[in-house]
Amino acid sequence: MTTFRELIDSSRVIICAGSGGVGKTTTAAVLAIDAARAGRRAVVVTIDPAKRLADALGLPALAPDPVVIDPAHWSREDSVPGGRLSAMMLDPKATFDALVARHAADDAQATRILENGFYRTISSALGGTQEYMAMEKLHELHEDGDDDLIVIDTPPSRHALDFLDAPERLLRLLDNRVFRVLIAPARTGLRVAGVAVQALVRTASRVVGTEVVDDIVAFFRAFEGMEEGFRERARRVRQVIGEPTTQFVLVTSPRRDAVLEAEHFAQAIGDHGYRVAGLVVNRVHPQFGTGRGDVLHARGAALRDLPRADAAVTAARHRLADRLETLGDFQEVAARERRHLEGVRLRLGTGAAVAFVPFLPHDVHDVGALDAIARRLLDDDGT
Amino acid sequence: MDQRRFCTSARVVVVAGKGGVGKTTVTAALAVLAARLGLRVLVVEVEGKSGLASAFGVPDLTYREIDLAPGVRGRTLTPDEALVDWLEGNGFGRIARRLGTTGLLDVIATAVPGMKDILVLGKVKSIEMGGTFDLILVDAPAAGHALSFLTSPLGLLDAVAVGPIRHQAADVVALLSDPTRCQVLLVTAPEETPVREATETAFALEDRVGVSLMPVVVNGLYPEVGAPDADATPAAIAADATLIDLPLSVAEVEDLAAATAFRRSRRAVQRAQAERLAAALPLAQLHLPFIFDADIGRPQIEVLATALGAAIDALDDPGAP
Repeated sequence: MTTFRELIDSSRVIICAGSGGVGKTTTAAVLAIDAARAGRRAVVVTIDPAKRLADALGLPALAPDPVVIDPAHWSREDSVPGGRLSAMMLDPKATFDALVARHAADDAQATRILENGFYRTISSALGGTQEYMAMEKLHELHEDGDDDLIVIDTPPSRHALDFLDAPERLLRLLDNRVFRVLIAPARTGLRVAGVAVQALVRTASRVVGTEVVDDIVAFFRAFEGMEEGFRERARRVRQVIGEPTTQFVLVTSPRRDAVLEAEHFAQAIGDHGYRVAGLVVNRVHPQFGTGRGDVLHARGAALRDLPRADAAVTAARHRLADRLETLGDFQEVAARERRHLEGVRLRLGTGAAVAFVPFLPHDVHDVGALDAIARRLLDDDGT
Repeated sequence: MDQRRFCTSARVVVVAGKGGVGKTTVTAALAVLAARLGLRVLVVEVEGKSGLASAFGVPDLTYREIDLAPGVRGRTLTPDEALVDWLEGNGFGRIARRLGTTGLLDVIATAVPGMKDILVLGKVKSIEMGGTFDLILVDAPAAGHALSFLTSPLGLLDAVAVGPIRHQAADVVALLSDPTRCQVLLVTAPEETPVREATETAFALEDRVGVSLMPVVVNGLYPEVGAPDADATPAAIAADATLIDLPLSVAEVEDLAAATAFRRSRRAVQRAQAERLAAALPLAQLHLPFIFDADIGRPQIEVLATALGAAIDALDDPGAP
């Protein structure tokens, strides 16, 4: 089994995936900080970091490009010199705007698109835009070559791996046949084919009003000629993801539903032809010794059921029953979590790095707590 | 507060919260509680598989209603289904399929922000008007999406000037802004990030949607075991064991002490977070316990429904006679 140390050292890109609320952002930050401490130039791209985490890193709110984080926030005595940590909170709309500006033939085309109502909707409200822009940013940073390691924190999503399909999905939308035909009359004699389409569009106008439809048509007209650039871009994003130095790290919590989701993710990543290189299980309940939960609970209950005795003895029995039941609770939850995780570990195969990060007695929102996680991630490989 | 009053304060209750806080579990517990009071309950899943089905121990929910528990029915109401349903119901049946196959529908649904959300909420509204159910629980998409889910009708009123979709949006806005018809139940966990997100979502919902908020559910608090200040050091535990002649090994004593210390530390964090939430968000709180002994299934939902009932009993009722 590989370790996270090896995984980080051998990667140029790490994509953190997992469902919401499992500590994906924290994990992404820990991986990038570690690379920076090892003397590499690392950048972490997050979608919506916990505010306190952002504060701990001195991270400004939204920025179109990564900002270098003051080493005071992350460097340690044993850090290898030359390391650099940058971070950014992705602004999907700004990223999309930049993408349009890059691919437009001239400023006039860019302006027409940026001011179009339909564009404003897809660039800010469309499900999948965040995912697409995360991938777009990944590609851009990868091209720039300014960093040795790019860690991407993918948007929380129910729909497994939206970010893998996002570029294609947007392309399909932009490629819509109906609209190709619709804008055609402006060019050559495709008017005949347009008749049936016009009927459809009339219907659409009846549903949502002509203004909306006009906006859409205007958008497709304005967008003409840019599809090729976008398609090429999507192809290259796929290429970056497919490189052997790009690794997927799955992040999950040990709850049954989260583990099932993680297995589903692993499967989907596999179906796309990629492999999960690491699994981070956050917030694993601690296990105290080897006692069994049910046995401990039974012992507690037996103490409570004993016949009456003098006050001091009764009080001691109840206190001990409290202790036994408290321990029993944690042993039950810990045993259950371990059972859930067995399956996902086996399915990931023996090559994957696995780390269990314990549920800390406190919440994680400063670098000290990040360090506690880093230690578990890097020094203790799932054993 | 009277449980029945709580469960009938609005016929439509949208349950919202960040991923991983137990939104679906709370939805299920409230459904069971309301059904125990004799109310006819419908649970609606609007975004993919939410785990509602497994909480009730049934196979996946479908667009067609099924029984989940006595008095509780369940169904999905996904945007795509709602869209086709709506088109057919509005006389676009024949062309609806062609709109679909050409992909035009996707483009249009994309062009109109939240169009699909409005159709989902519109469908919820027609179920509400139908009067078959006393309580309709909508298991909303995860927090950020819940906000756009509920703000979309207003946005659409801005974007679309005419047409049946606009009517639909206006109807939905009327539903959302009438506290006797619809309220939002926010669910959070007693932790840093969920508390912050719940606070932000609450203010955004009130400011931007004008929807009424019910007490906020704080889910997963460790229950207290025994007196919180009882001495639980290894020495105290060993002394108690000696007193009552309970054979405990040194390791066992240490495990008992460590587990108690951990629980108390976590509990302190949880209580602090619940207080932080109370300070930031002037809403009453309903506390639900963390379930140690098993994954969430039917028996745990019953336990939580009882706990929810007790928490509601303990609420002040400003409107009580």
